[in-house]
Amino acid sequence: MKALVAVKRVVDHNVRVRIKPDGSGVETAGVKMSINPFDEIAVEEALRLKERGVVSEIVAVTLGEAVCQDVLRHALAMGVDRVILVETTAELQPLGVAKLLKAIAEREQPQLVLLGKQAIDDDAGQVGQILAALLGAAQGTFASKIDIAGDEAIVVREVDGGTETVALKLPAVITADLRLAEPRFVKLPNLMMAKKKPIETLAAESLGVDFAPRIKRTAAAEPQVRAAGVKVANVAELVQKLREAKVI
Amino acid sequence: MTTLILAEHDGQQLKQATRQAVTAAQAWNAPVHLLLLGSDTSAAAADAAKVAGVAQVIRVDAPHLEHALAEDIASVLVALAGDYQVLLGAHTAYAKNALPRAAGLLDVALIADVIRIQAPATYVRPVYAGNVLATVQSSDALQVVTIRTTAFDAAGNGGNASITTLAAPAATSAARWVSESRNVSDRPELATARVVISGGRSLGERFESVLGPLAAQLNGALGATRAAVDAGFAPNDIQIGQTGTVVAPELYIAAGISGAAQHLAGMKDSKVIVAINHDPDAAIFQVADFGIVADLFDAVPQLTAALKQ
Repeated sequence: MKALVAVKRVVDHNVRVRIKPDGSGVETAGVKMSINPFDEIAVEEALRLKERGVVSEIVAVTLGEAVCQDVLRHALAMGVDRVILVETTAELQPLGVAKLLKAIAEREQPQLVLLGKQAIDDDAGQVGQILAALLGAAQGTFASKIDIAGDEAIVVREVDGGTETVALKLPAVITADLRLAEPRFVKLPNLMMAKKKPIETLAAESLGVDFAPRIKRTAAAEPQVRAAGVKVANVAELVQKLREAKVI
Repeated sequence: MTTLILAEHDGQQLKQATRQAVTAAQAWNAPVHLLLLGSDTSAAAADAAKVAGVAQVIRVDAPHLEHALAEDIASVLVALAGDYQVLLGAHTAYAKNALPRAAGLLDVALIADVIRIQAPATYVRPVYAGNVLATVQSSDALQVVTIRTTAFDAAGNGGNASITTLAAPAATSAARWVSESRNVSDRPELATARVVISGGRSLGERFESVLGPLAAQLNGALGATRAAVDAGFAPNDIQIGQTGTVVAPELYIAAGISGAAQHLAGMKDSKVIVAINHDPDAAIFQVADFGIVADLFDAVPQLTAALKQ
């Protein structure tokens, strides 16, 4: 069974983001970029399914400018078999991303499509669901466990107040939550070897898909900063302050 | 113009998150309809009809909607969408699962996690873990939106909406519901609790034994950092932050939490924040109203004891 994993290049989660002086967006020049953490979990789960003999080939795909190659190298170093860069300099938004991924899925015919549940830059959390809709496939969002039984994926989902288990007919789209798998540490020799592996590059414009943005970002601003309060000396003083604030 | 809200209920009552969506929906100055799905929504529909600001309640009852799958919720939404200009939901696990699927089928770009509706198609939403507030404008004729519940007050009662019943489309054959496991707790629901007691990884195996009594004393809910969840000390559904639940209680007590941006994203709109941390330079003190530099294993039991008096 083939698995397709979609990965996104995002500002590293340890970087404190800054808004560009003209307010047009977030400064990414000279900023450390990484694979989106939830996408890395999706790659890890695909690798584990392969190690369990469920998946036979893993293809990782990313979309964006040529520099996005580095997240594909990371996926190769983790152990995926093949990578595809859908190259474009145009702005990409979730609906357009899902349409481009659909074109790749139709080309690759995976039984399983794995993605992170959300990217930590735009925090939109919707590409997996849209992709499933466009493919007419079943979806398992916020997955914390995946088992394959016959022609079904049995997925445990993280929902408000607990978990839910659903059975999805394959092919299915599954989005990774935090507890699905802990990504392996990438060893330097693997990273060096990954640099020698080929990256298949396709022009996004060649896929025959309308991925023009539907949403215009008109402003970016920093949220109001919460003023720091006071430090109290002991628990008795804290209780007194909380009583004054009328919250206890 | 009419707005359709994908409502959430527990079989008896409307969830607070849906009442918050009703408040948000008033921004469009258009009639608001609530869509309830379930196996028997009669009681929940009666509750929904009383909410001020709701013109109509639409019930779709079918056995397969008892535990509705995203596939089935989306097909109901798509069948109804032609009559509406706005499809709205709260940014909860339920709507986050189903609304993007419906938006995909309708070829609409969904605007997620909105904290302010500035104009009928202009929204403010946090990105980068709330470190940036983006103003966005949608060009779609149909708006599909989820709102951050903590940014809107819950609508109260006082309405008298009509209730209509529609037949459900056939169940999907691509997926089936198998089972659920609810974390049983006597504590209030995290998203709507008046008090939240939250802990970090340093609590270790003593997460429950140290924080539980304080939560009981204050009738609060327990929350946790991503690191505490990652390490297995706390269940995932109480994770607070960018990738977990966003809360804004009256009182938020952070015990042994350093204050990473990803965590602050989920609690910095709380009314009063208390930080207990042994590191005087911890970032959490920069957002805390009241801070104590102390070992939480001493301070938390002391606080619990002091509140009992």
